[in-house]
Amino acid sequence: MTAAIQVNAVEKSFGNVQIIRDLNLSVAKGERHAIIGPNGAGKSTTFNLISGHIKPTSGEIRLNGEVTSGLRPFEINRRGLSRSFQVTNVFARMTVWENVRCAVLWATGHRYAFWKNVDTLPEVKQRTAEILDEIHLSHRRDVPAGLLTYAEQRELEIGITIAGGASVIMLDEPTAGMSHAETERAVALIRRLTEGRTLVIVEHDMSVVFGLADRISVLVYGHIIASGTPEEIRGNPKVKEAYLGEEVE
Amino acid sequence: MAELIVISTLNGVLFGMLLFLLSSGLTVIFSMMGVLNFAHASFYMLGAFFGYQLTRWIGFWPALVLAPLLVGAVGMAVERYGLRNTHKHGHVAELLLTFGLAFAIEEIVSMIWGKSPVDYRVPAALDFPAFTVFSTNYPAYKIFMLVVSVVIFIALLVTLKRTRVGLIVQAALTHPSMVGHLGHNVGRVFMLVFGVGSALAGLAGVIAGPSLVTQSDMAAFLGPILFVVIVFGGLGSLPGAFIASLLIGLIQTFAVALNGSLASVFGPLDPSLGASPLTDIWNVTIAQIAPILPYLLLVLVLIFRPMGLLGTRES
Amino acid sequence: MTNAPTPSIAAAKQEPGSALSFYGVWLLAAVALVVLPMVFSSGGSLTSFSLIGIAIIFALSYNILLGQTGLLSFGHAVQYGLGGFLAVHVMNAVASHNWPIPLPAIPLVGGIGGAAFAIVVGWVMTKRAGTVFAMISLGIGELVASSSLILRSVFGGESGITTDRTSLMPLFGWTFGPQIQVYYLIAFWVMVSAIAMYALTRTPLGRICNAVRDNPERVEFIGYDPHVVRYFAYMFAGFFAGVAGGLTAINFEIANSAYLGATQSGLVLFSAFIGGTAYFFGPILGAILVTYLQLGLTSVTSVWQLYFGIIFIGIVMFAPGGIAGILMKHRPLIRAGTLRTVIPSYLVAAIPTLAFALGIILTIETVARFSGGDPIKLLGIPFVATAPTTWASAAVLFVGGFLVARITWRRVAEAWDRAATVARDRGYLA
Repeated sequence: MTAAIQVNAVEKSFGNVQIIRDLNLSVAKGERHAIIGPNGAGKSTTFNLISGHIKPTSGEIRLNGEVTSGLRPFEINRRGLSRSFQVTNVFARMTVWENVRCAVLWATGHRYAFWKNVDTLPEVKQRTAEILDEIHLSHRRDVPAGLLTYAEQRELEIGITIAGGASVIMLDEPTAGMSHAETERAVALIRRLTEGRTLVIVEHDMSVVFGLADRISVLVYGHIIASGTPEEIRGNPKVKEAYLGEEVE
Repeated sequence: MAELIVISTLNGVLFGMLLFLLSSGLTVIFSMMGVLNFAHASFYMLGAFFGYQLTRWIGFWPALVLAPLLVGAVGMAVERYGLRNTHKHGHVAELLLTFGLAFAIEEIVSMIWGKSPVDYRVPAALDFPAFTVFSTNYPAYKIFMLVVSVVIFIALLVTLKRTRVGLIVQAALTHPSMVGHLGHNVGRVFMLVFGVGSALAGLAGVIAGPSLVTQSDMAAFLGPILFVVIVFGGLGSLPGAFIASLLIGLIQTFAVALNGSLASVFGPLDPSLGASPLTDIWNVTIAQIAPILPYLLLVLVLIFRPMGLLGTRES
Repeated sequence: MTNAPTPSIAAAKQEPGSALSFYGVWLLAAVALVVLPMVFSSGGSLTSFSLIGIAIIFALSYNILLGQTGLLSFGHAVQYGLGGFLAVHVMNAVASHNWPIPLPAIPLVGGIGGAAFAIVVGWVMTKRAGTVFAMISLGIGELVASSSLILRSVFGGESGITTDRTSLMPLFGWTFGPQIQVYYLIAFWVMVSAIAMYALTRTPLGRICNAVRDNPERVEFIGYDPHVVRYFAYMFAGFFAGVAGGLTAINFEIANSAYLGATQSGLVLFSAFIGGTAYFFGPILGAILVTYLQLGLTSVTSVWQLYFGIIFIGIVMFAPGGIAGILMKHRPLIRAGTLRTVIPSYLVAAIPTLAFALGIILTIETVARFSGGDPIKLLGIPFVATAPTTWASAAVLFVGGFLVARITWRRVAEAWDRAATVARDRGYLA
């Protein structure tokens, strides 16, 4: 079976600085895969590479078997990959409802239509309402996204990411800056929403990582030093040495 | 022909250096503050009119020093009381503020000094031919302009390379996102940079005024060319702005000096063809299309090198 | 009104009758357009209404760029002017060939002209947004405006190209000679264009335009190419600008290079921004105000453009939402019933603010008429520009008005905060 995401020998340099070196990563379909690593290891860069935000200097990235390195983000998105951002990245002046609806439009095939009334498209309406329900923001549907609380914006961020129905979801530190209770809620939400899809997640909170992930990859200095099940990673001496240490215990 | 080349090269370099006096300030302000100062050419115009008025009151030489300082003060006030308050509304609002200012300054200038050109003359001490090339007397005042702009150019280089503020400016040019980390006096740095940029534009106005025409539409005429220069050179690139300034200065000057047209090269079109865009293009002289050349360059660079000559940034 | 446990914005809730009030507004606008010339029937007001109508279409088309898609254009008059020129040429061709095309169809030709130009140059122009787009639009504007003076056979040089609107076939006995008939032609196109442009905001493309305005980066991750979105927006804006240009050509029976110029581009930017770009109706208000001032002020003062500049700067600095933004800010307070607590502070602030404004006007007029000109008349009081008493009054009004106004506006802000807090508690404000 082809992997959902296959990264082969990807390198990325900014000027003379090599951020990513010989990156190899394989995420199976339906797997929940976490990428961990110390600050500055290149986790967000990896996300940006896979989602097409930046282009690799060399190497190859495949999505469901198809080469996507070199494609623009929207082209990759249309092939079934959707990502969230570490820094909240919503449409601030538009309402919660409109935010989610915009993310539904391409997937429902309405593209750049300028001859359809967006308010009367039944499947768009239904899907938007469902997603708002799932992220528990139905009661805030008419509030401009810029006025939401931080935790609500993070939930909206996830809602926008999943709205298009992509088969591969990538979440960049979805619980960053959340309180303990909010984090628990968010994890339950992520677990439910990514049911039956492939999930790649970057996370600092180890309880989230070990609670959620089927497999974990450890990224250090732009290179994956270990990949395996949570137990394997926990027991891996190289990982302990490089990064985890006391945090896991 | 040789005469035309020598004179046009001199004039072209001169115009290019004047453009650089303006585009350097514009580039630095844009890189550091993210604001495209639409009113930059208006400061140049203010410099010319202040220079004219002060020359009448106290003579050219004091005016040469005072007028740029005055313009710099106006610029600092604009930054302190205008831009700083508008910053929270975003870059579009800031750009619009300077657009409104450019509009208002033009109206104020034409209200005070009228719409027709003012009699801003070359000072008597410089009103003699410096040398003669073939049969043309090259005016000493133009040499003076060239010297002033070269001196400022060198002073700028030294400031950028050797002073603390210069280092900050340089860092900001390459890493615009780090400007925010300058610390608590970032406001003062901005005000200073804006003031110096405006003063440079003012100086360009004072020295260009007697040589070119000092008139209330001079800002509207030069402003768009200035934008072409910085887009062409690559936004945020000082060397790019320098090359683009000289290039556009030379192209404009040579074009104005050339009277050729397709008709003069290939002979007139058959008159039976009648009036059409073809005959218009056939008969137009290079001098007549000089004003649109910078914009043609802009279109070309956008198609073939969207980041500009030496630009590195996408936006 | 019920007190919901979680505050939600009642304002945006779908209320019964909202569809009725929605269509009511459009119907009211249509009726107003029909009735206006019957109430104000003088030739002067007919001319003004015609110009205002054209300005409304033009400003709304501009807002497709600025308000809807976040594209700041300094060269919107290019499409307007090219639409006008194409309309004039087609009118002349129709007249000389006796084609069966009536005058009311001509604005469509203008629109096609504007859109065609946008299709040709738009792809390169909309590659980038923000400041770069602003500068490019300015450069293209200058390029076209200067080129129009070179291509004399097409643009008629300095004098422009004239036409005769009555030379086309009459429609239902209308020759479109009298201004009243031209007015109704314009009113018809105002209605059609406004409805079309509003409808555009309610389509998938229109919504994605807003998304591109708010966050072009994120749009790429929900499947859209922001470049394509901007290109579409640019085309639609060009089309409706061309319609406005075509109407202008009909109205004046001429097109000249001034239509394409920077002044025209600046005026439409002023109209849209002063009116308010965040709401659909904002540019309509702006177009009415700016055109009205333009027509009214020219006869009163020679420096009317300066007043525009000052109003514009004031709006940019203190009310970037424009008139529409100011109005809509009060909506939650009205609904929460707390507006009346703010009104007294407004009334108090109005007096010094008015004094300050008079100080500015007196100062400007004194400078403008110092070396000759008609005496100044302000609120019926005559002032002599060369008299020190005038200077003193100007200074007192200016400085005094400013200082007192500053204090009173602080009071307004405090009263506003209290009212907004109450409104928020009652669930009318997020």
